[in-house]
Amino acid sequence: MSLLEVNHLRTEFETGGNWQEAVSDISFDLAGGEALGLVGESGCGKSTVAFSLMRLLPGNARLAGGRIGFDGKDLADIGEDEMRRMRGGRIGMMFQNPMTALDPAFRIGSQIGETLQTHLDVDRKEARRMALELLRSVAIPAAEERLDAYPHELSGGMRQRAALAIAIACRPRLLIADEPTTALDVTIQAQILRLIRTLLIEERGAGVLLITHDLGVVAHTCDRVAIMYAGEIVETGTVASVFANPLHPYTQALLEAAPNARTPRGSLATIPGRVPALGMRPSGCRFRGRCAFERPDCADPSGPPRVRLDKHREVACVLHAA
Amino acid sequence: MTSTVRRLLLLLPTLFGVSIVVFLLLRLIPGDPAQVIMGLRATPEGLAAITRDLGLDLPLHEQYVRWLGALFSGDFGRDYRSNVPVTQLLATRLPVTLELTLLSLLLALIVAVPLGVRAAVHPNGIADKAASVLGLIGISIPDFWLGILLVLVFSLTLGMFPSSGFVPFSDGIFANLRAFALPALTLATGLSAVLVRVTRSAVTEVLSRDFVRFLKAKGLPPRAIINRHVLRNASVPIITVIGMQFGYLLGGAVIVEQVFDLPGVGSLIVTATMERNYPVVQAGMLVVALLFILVNLGTDLLYAWLNPRLRGGAR
Ligand SMILES: Nc1ncnc2c1ncn2[C@@H]1O[C@H](COP(=O)(O)OP(=O)(O)O)[C@@H](O)[C@H]1O
Ligand SMILES: [Mg+2]
Repeated sequence: MSLLEVNHLRTEFETGGNWQEAVSDISFDLAGGEALGLVGESGCGKSTVAFSLMRLLPGNARLAGGRIGFDGKDLADIGEDEMRRMRGGRIGMMFQNPMTALDPAFRIGSQIGETLQTHLDVDRKEARRMALELLRSVAIPAAEERLDAYPHELSGGMRQRAALAIAIACRPRLLIADEPTTALDVTIQAQILRLIRTLLIEERGAGVLLITHDLGVVAHTCDRVAIMYAGEIVETGTVASVFANPLHPYTQALLEAAPNARTPRGSLATIPGRVPALGMRPSGCRFRGRCAFERPDCADPSGPPRVRLDKHREVACVLHAA
Repeated sequence: MTSTVRRLLLLLPTLFGVSIVVFLLLRLIPGDPAQVIMGLRATPEGLAAITRDLGLDLPLHEQYVRWLGALFSGDFGRDYRSNVPVTQLLATRLPVTLELTLLSLLLALIVAVPLGVRAAVHPNGIADKAASVLGLIGISIPDFWLGILLVLVFSLTLGMFPSSGFVPFSDGIFANLRAFALPALTLATGLSAVLVRVTRSAVTEVLSRDFVRFLKAKGLPPRAIINRHVLRNASVPIITVIGMQFGYLLGGAVIVEQVFDLPGVGSLIVTATMERNYPVVQAGMLVVALLFILVNLGTDLLYAWLNPRLRGGAR
């Protein structure tokens, strides 16, 4: 049985007085012990998916529909108190920018400890002992001293480790990591991804939703991948099958543009054009206008057909219609 | 910490500067102390004698050095009129001013900070509207006018509080506080107006920061996020502003003490200035300046304590 089962999720933003869909009818699932990569360029709606799952959307956004099955419940439907117990308890979350994710006015140990005390029945002393253990588990050197350090006294990599320690403090069943390594340099990126894989997948059999614009990150960390474009998932499959045989033109373009030794990390400039803004999306297939294989029937207003190839593999493109 | 030490070292030169300015300003305003003391009985001989007695016939710099020298030996001089030592006057007057300003500060904090926080958390809500109204009233109504208005309503019409006068602490804390209620409310309004705005904008700014979202993702209850984290981060600008506004509070105290006939340092200085009572004005001003500097020093310490990045010695 899946750990997380997202069905027909829709999220809207209010801009200029009307509601615009940022996430349109997205479905995916995730089993325990599995890492799913959610990949797409900036502006595709990846963070909006993450914050929808956590119900931490900004004030001008709303969940417009869908079901978020987790732990036998629908996260889209439970009360705020119950949802709050999920956050940081059953579900951990990490953000992109480690420099700003921690409260600058509090010591690392207290920021970990307060998570523990929020969700578990532990006193200060016990929380501190657990915090120390957590810092050790995320391989922070001189953990005892770091406990009393302020965020500004740590490097970006150390801060992200501390943020990981917070996210996993209450042994969550699911970790949502939104570009956790984008702001870090390559070596540290690899170490953090390794830690996520070891601590969550291998040691605890938890699920990981790893959001990134970098397919390279997915290749090393994830079991399956979902490619997202302009608010929709256009292709899913196991990492091995998608990388070996990308079907959607957008996936192909992403792979070609994927950073390698020769191009600077994070540049996806080789796909011409850019992700359309909300309300500017073409009808039919949303990749129209940027696609190298565009045909007249791509404009069909019912959108591209969803073609299921095997248990994990699905693609939404006319090129692969039966 | 180094900035605090630097400030402490600057304390003496600053007070020195204040002493020069006060000394010179007093002598710039027309009027002769001897004339005021003798009043209508003044004769040229009498005036000359008094002028000599007070040392006012000496060149200015010599007068200044004498005064300063006496100060260093703890002698603040004597009241020209009553011949009471100025230190004695200050000892009775200062507690009144201190109580007035501290009560006002407390009142402003109790009202403005929670209101500003609520206004920031629920923009355009009731608290936000109340905050704008308070901001407008506090900034546009002068202290003396507000004081008179409050007396009219709460004292003359409703009879809830005395309209003026001072009740010492020894007559019971309740009577004492009752006497201070309207003056403190008057003085607090202007500060509240500034404070509510600063709190609102500081909290709004902190709420928009990334770490607040991370705190929510940790599952912290909203109350804990606001009271523990957001306020702590917003307190830095709030306290900075309190330090800066304390000067206005002391200035406002002068007016409020006049309106409510409170025997504080402010009214002491005003009366003494009218009488060209040099030693009293000079000492009073120095004490007020010292108070202002000390409050700012305290603000600095608090500021460093609240902002770990300013603390010395990286681990
Ligand atoms: N607070 C917001 N208000 C209005 N539009 C937003 C807001 N946040 C994101 N968007 C829009 O939603 C779309 C998806 O954004 P996001 O989820 O941040 O994408 P990603 O994480 O993939 O870069 C973008 O078009 C973005 O401009
Ligand atoms: Mg994003």
